[in-house]
Amino acid sequence: MRTVIRCLCSSVAFIVLTIVSSLPVVSVPLPDSAGSVAGTVKFAGVAPKGTRIDMSFDPNCVKAHATPATTQEIVVGAGGGLQNVIVYVSDGLNGKTFDPPPQPAVLEQKGCVYQPRVIALQANQKLDVKNDDATSHNIHPMPVNNREWNKTQPPGVPIEESFAREEVAIPVKCNIHPWMRGYIAVFKHPYFAVTDKDGNFDLKNLPAGTYTITAWHEKLGTQTQKITVGTGETPKLNFVFKQ
Amino acid sequence: MRTQLTFAGIMLGLLSCFCGVPSSAQEAQVGTLPGNAKHGHELYQRYCIFCHGKYGDGRGESAPYLDPKPRDFTAATFKCRSTPSGSLPLDSDLYDTITRGIHASGMPSWRPLSRQERVDLVAYIKSFSPKFTEEKPAAPVVIPPEPASSPDSVKRGAELFQTMNCWACHGKEGRGNGPSAATLTDSKGNPVTPFDLTSGTKLKCGDSDAGIFRDLTTGLDGTPMPSFTDAMKPDQIWDVVHYIASLRAAGKDHTKLASTQVPPSRQ
Repeated sequence: MRTVIRCLCSSVAFIVLTIVSSLPVVSVPLPDSAGSVAGTVKFAGVAPKGTRIDMSFDPNCVKAHATPATTQEIVVGAGGGLQNVIVYVSDGLNGKTFDPPPQPAVLEQKGCVYQPRVIALQANQKLDVKNDDATSHNIHPMPVNNREWNKTQPPGVPIEESFAREEVAIPVKCNIHPWMRGYIAVFKHPYFAVTDKDGNFDLKNLPAGTYTITAWHEKLGTQTQKITVGTGETPKLNFVFKQ
Repeated sequence: MRTQLTFAGIMLGLLSCFCGVPSSAQEAQVGTLPGNAKHGHELYQRYCIFCHGKYGDGRGESAPYLDPKPRDFTAATFKCRSTPSGSLPLDSDLYDTITRGIHASGMPSWRPLSRQERVDLVAYIKSFSPKFTEEKPAAPVVIPPEPASSPDSVKRGAELFQTMNCWACHGKEGRGNGPSAATLTDSKGNPVTPFDLTSGTKLKCGDSDAGIFRDLTTGLDGTPMPSFTDAMKPDQIWDVVHYIASLRAAGKDHTKLASTQVPPSRQ
């Protein structure tokens, strides 16, 4: 009997310990200890030219462009900076959880293209989708890890959605206007950025630690690098992509 | 002896909490009938596995020869539902699809199976995706009473068919030959054709006016067909239903030659 009680107690203790150690720790880094990782993503080689998009079946789309729109799969700036690269912390946060920010991320349909083409937000953060065009679109994300939905959006009607699970990255399309292509990346933490037209990114408010940083591009693949951020440090990190 | 048995019993009890031994909780329910996944599994292996595959991923032996492709249950995305776009289907939605089959596809009607057998299949199909245990389906969409059709309603529906850009896929006359029709793929990348509304053939998810209202509200998830719940008010959706009914009535005139109704991708 005594043996049974002892085994039972240790089993219960083991179970309790397992549960307690897997509880999420909500973490907010102190301002004076926060570092950052900033850098530039460049494209090596001659930037490929986009091909012209034929929007002629919908005059509302054609009207929105002074010169015909071109495909935007690989966008390289004047200094060789690669735009639309998602740079994010892929390891090193040790299971910390973060509440989503209250302000929504905004995705616009303007001139029958998605702006921005690549957007990143947190899990359960609101995504406001806007139709600034004079024609109806349908918003159709095609996730693998999240729930798939597809909604028609007439001009000016707001749509608000969110994604519950991490996924890099969810392709978005409009079935009505088949050239439209975008990407939505969803993270469980706030340490992500999408490079601007000069290829720059800045992962701010990073607590001290060793991290794996991943850079993702829709056509040119993924690269990772490891970096250690000391208390209040701001090391630089660069990536180079090529075809 | 009793001490050892008690100990074994306690450890087994603790183990079963953590080893995923299926509980006797109901796995599906349609009406008053509970579904049993174990029985469903036996039925699946006899009737469903050759198209939908051993792992429920739509890759059965027959799948390469089928168009449209058999459903991948592991994705838990379904066309024919009564729930909003993005939501899981209700058990009754899956049951209805099994019972009715899907027109113009390889999915037959399984009405010859008993009601209990069909509910058991629903229970087993749900086991292919963890999403069914992680989430609950949303409340079904509300279908208000249908107002009477009228020439004005049909006219308003025709205008909405233009402004909602239905014609981009379904064509200006609803024949499924719109400018974007040839570009359409389902969410697995398989080419799909928009429905020819003039063809008079039955719709995939049910053929009544209420069924069309429901399809326009829920969208057919996994396909290019969207939900119009943010885009149109219920009265406007009924107008579109009436317009579609007028296209289908015109199509049922069998003196029209079939060659005018061949969708572009099959030419």
